[in-house]
Amino acid sequence: MKRASSSAVVIVGFFLIWEFCVRIFKVPNYLLPSPSEILVELAHDPLWYLRHAAYTVGACLLGFFLALILGVLAAIGIVYSRVLENTLYTLLVSMNSIPKIALAPLFIIWMGTNLSSKVAISMLIALFSIVIDTVLGLRSVDPDVLDMTKSMRATPLQVLWKVRFPTALPHMFAGMKVAISLALVGAIAGEFVASQVGLGYVILTAQGMFQISRVFAAVTLLGVLGTILFYLVGLVERLVMPWHVSQRSTAQASY
Amino acid sequence: MEGLPVPQRSDSVAASDTHVSVTDLDKTYRLPAGGAVAALRHIDLELRRGEFVSVVGPSGCGKSTLLKCIAGIASVSGGAIRVDDEIVVQPPDDMAIVFQRDILLDWRTVIENVLFPIEIKRLRKENWIGPARDLLSSMGLAGYEQRHPWELSGGQRQRVAICRALIQEPHLLLMDEPFGALDALTRDELNLELQRLWMSTQKTVLFITHSIGEAVLLSDRVVVMGANPGRILETIDIDLPRPRSLDSRETPEFGRYAKRIRGMFEALGLLKGKP
Repeated sequence: MKRASSSAVVIVGFFLIWEFCVRIFKVPNYLLPSPSEILVELAHDPLWYLRHAAYTVGACLLGFFLALILGVLAAIGIVYSRVLENTLYTLLVSMNSIPKIALAPLFIIWMGTNLSSKVAISMLIALFSIVIDTVLGLRSVDPDVLDMTKSMRATPLQVLWKVRFPTALPHMFAGMKVAISLALVGAIAGEFVASQVGLGYVILTAQGMFQISRVFAAVTLLGVLGTILFYLVGLVERLVMPWHVSQRSTAQASY
Repeated sequence: MEGLPVPQRSDSVAASDTHVSVTDLDKTYRLPAGGAVAALRHIDLELRRGEFVSVVGPSGCGKSTLLKCIAGIASVSGGAIRVDDEIVVQPPDDMAIVFQRDILLDWRTVIENVLFPIEIKRLRKENWIGPARDLLSSMGLAGYEQRHPWELSGGQRQRVAICRALIQEPHLLLMDEPFGALDALTRDELNLELQRLWMSTQKTVLFITHSIGEAVLLSDRVVVMGANPGRILETIDIDLPRPRSLDSRETPEFGRYAKRIRGMFEALGLLKGKP
């Protein structure tokens, strides 16, 4: 709670200094609008902004969850199969060096300008961190624990579900926190290339017409949405694994 | 110890007095760089039913490897291990292991950790909550059922690990330096509890340790191992009255046993005790 209030102070302070500087140095609003102007712009037609934001967040979340499902399945395959490790994993690692945003135009050609292409880009860009961290997590099981399950003649499925998966959770959440931010980047990149809707589209068209306060309004919304999404993952993390070291300070207070 | 599950064993006692037999066991590790290391060479060992046998030896003598081979979780390179007259190819029934580290699962409460083997063996969990509680309270952990492992001390955690082994109602209990990571006082305490437990249930126990004192205090027989390659130097019968207390360690007989074992290590060039 203390941390939340102190970060609120920092953010409010940042906007106050911004407002102050714009007014004192008389920065023309076609270069940098003041926070109050951005607020006025947002309040001008909040429903319009909401519609575009919903589209972008929708693409981002769909991409994220697809990446989560595919990523975890791929990671399980990679951990249990030497063949998949040598093929899929190697391929993923080498593919990751390509900036995936560069593939955005291709997806528009393949899948059209509708939502599916944004979801695909978003998924692709989020996938890697989920796979890498899940593989790392599934592998970080104590060898003694594996010996113990072996001595009880546990099945591979039991080991996966009752030991490997809970052990992997902290790593998976670390991956998901990176992935959720990247998924938003992917959605915007898709909208930049070709779209009639979404905050990326708003930014692109407003820029073309020099409506700088509209660009900033969309960017501010993206910042707020990105932060909310990130904290939602953190919230789920606390609910799913209250036992973990990183969560203990809050849990212990109840004893 | 009331309410503790007592194993049914009258039939098996009649069948054979030998519970575990290791004959001419070899274990060789292949190195990734090529070549091989002999971890165990020509090991012969017999555990009688209900016997408490300790294995002492310097680190790297293969005593943990021996335990893993008997547990059926490590393969053997030569020779044979029989448990209940059956050659071990997979972990035998009625066997449980206590490891040096407690390896409790952090995301499970104490009682869920104890019930872990029950889940793995697909038994009805409801039927085992009672026995699990009884085991915990017999180890002085009543009221800790819903705690998480990280709220417990090292000694308490290892007690939970022992309960997790005992809930499997093993006739054969394999313990791999179970108290090696604990402080001396907790270790003494758990030694006495283990003796009480063993005397009331008469399980066969194979106890790996590097503490000569612990081995003499607890065992009917002490197997002394040497390293490079891992081999048995001698097996010593400990003929001290039961139950033994911590005071037993001060008796001259105890001292003679301990000295004899220490002498073997000194002869190997380990433990150069003289200033």
